[in-house]
Amino acid sequence: MSALLSIRNMTHYFGGLKAVSEFSYDIPPGVIYGLIGPNGSGKTTTFNLITGIYRPTQGQVFLEDRDITAQKPYLIVRAGIGRTFQNLRIFGGMSVLDNIRAAKQYRAKSWMLSSVLRLPGFMNEEKRIRDESMALLDVLHLADRAGDLARNLPYGALRRLEIARALATEPKLLLLDEPAAGMNPKEVQDLMKLVQRVRDEFKVTVFLIEHHMKVIMGICEYVKVLDFGTTIAEGKPDDVGRDAKVLEAYLGKKGAAC
Amino acid sequence: MGSIFNAQQIVNGLQLGSIYALIALGYTMVYGIVRLINFAHGDFFMVGAYAAYGAFFLFNAFLGGSGLPMAAVTLIVAMAAGSVVAALTNRFAYKPLRNKPKLSSLITAIGVSMLIEYLFSALPFIGASFRAFPVLIEQKLYKIGTATISNYVVIDLLVAATLMIGLTFLVRKTALGRAMRAVSQDKDAAKLMGIDVERVIGWTFLIGGAFAGAAGLLAGMTYPRIFPYMGILPGLKAFIAAVLGGIGNIPGAMLGAYIMGLAETFASAFNSLLGEGIAFAILILVLLVRPRGLLGEKSADKI
Repeated sequence: MSALLSIRNMTHYFGGLKAVSEFSYDIPPGVIYGLIGPNGSGKTTTFNLITGIYRPTQGQVFLEDRDITAQKPYLIVRAGIGRTFQNLRIFGGMSVLDNIRAAKQYRAKSWMLSSVLRLPGFMNEEKRIRDESMALLDVLHLADRAGDLARNLPYGALRRLEIARALATEPKLLLLDEPAAGMNPKEVQDLMKLVQRVRDEFKVTVFLIEHHMKVIMGICEYVKVLDFGTTIAEGKPDDVGRDAKVLEAYLGKKGAAC
Repeated sequence: MGSIFNAQQIVNGLQLGSIYALIALGYTMVYGIVRLINFAHGDFFMVGAYAAYGAFFLFNAFLGGSGLPMAAVTLIVAMAAGSVVAALTNRFAYKPLRNKPKLSSLITAIGVSMLIEYLFSALPFIGASFRAFPVLIEQKLYKIGTATISNYVVIDLLVAATLMIGLTFLVRKTALGRAMRAVSQDKDAAKLMGIDVERVIGWTFLIGGAFAGAAGLLAGMTYPRIFPYMGILPGLKAFIAAVLGGIGNIPGAMLGAYIMGLAETFASAFNSLLGEGIAFAILILVLLVRPRGLLGEKSADKI
């Protein structure tokens, strides 16, 4: 089976600091793939390298065998990688619906001239984008807030909006950066169900960074553990959970799974 | 002599405010999207005035005629010229500095401004001296109550209103507008939603330049004297209007511009030197009392 995303020997330095070191892995299509590790172990850096925010010092990224290393971020999105942020990066001053539409519209054909002239093509396209966006909001239980300013949403809803916005770019691979951060146990439960549902309904592959062991153990089919930029363990969640090095680097300090 | 706050002054103030508004919008849009005070923006206004001037004589020589169709054609030429100069400035002066410290772009903006001004002064067929702007449309005066309103007032207000309504529609209802709003709120997040940020910036300069060009034509028509440095003061005042309204905020720029136009007109009626200075008094007042401007949002990191 060929991988959806392949990373080959990726190394990245910030000045003299090695943030990610000799990193290689393949993510097969359709899985939920988890990346865990203590703070500062290079998880978010990995996402930034994949999405083109940083240019890796060394190594390559392939999406479906196409080299996308250090391409412009918006082109990587268009190639099929959507992401959310650890710290929410919602467009707070726009409506919930407009957040989704802004992410969806780059696929639209008519851009400028026809929109000023209100041509029928533009009208149809606007209607299509609107309908699709509403459908997406419906799946994520946000439809009733579509007209609200995004910044007025409660925290849990903002987290869902981030996922909705990433899905609006129609990705093949969805990168979720600590989606359960700051959530209470009930919300974490809902999120786990949501991620699984999103994977099934939107046929996306999910690549997930998380601190919550429960999330990783509960929904990931494959886990990779980072510490100081290097992989210290990988495999099925249950096996990784028993790995001595992992317990020491991560679970050991934190006690049991939280 | 009644009060200086009479109907005539209000009309004059709104007319001046319309011109400031068209310039201020470009300032505020560019600031909203790239966080740059584009000090060359006043010169796009000047370029628009000269383009209209040139277009008038060319069309007059080859096609003849004047009046409304001619004015419409020169308006289009002025807007196109403003757009082209703005787009070129963005492409060759600002884009290479996009990821450099903000101060580099700011200083470059001042440099571009001087470049355009001195270039126009040096060009033999333009020159540094004043030129009388041609009469595009016969001026007609109508008496309404105590005020005299010329058709120029009507044209200035109509053109400005039309452009502002068009811009509001564009920003609120179209894909480009949504992209512009997204970029102005979070450029990096916008990139990761598949938005081509450079393209959005390019459009912003095109639109801002077109508006400044239109203002150039209106100013040339209304105050019929043009020269290569004519953009400096209106540019500064429009910038202050944008700051007054809350820089980066589009309705704010419109509001600020009309307040500025009225304040300047009233102050001039009182004392003409005061009129020239009132803008700067407003700037100091705004910065002291409400630095984010009338409609601006609270923000921690403005220049």
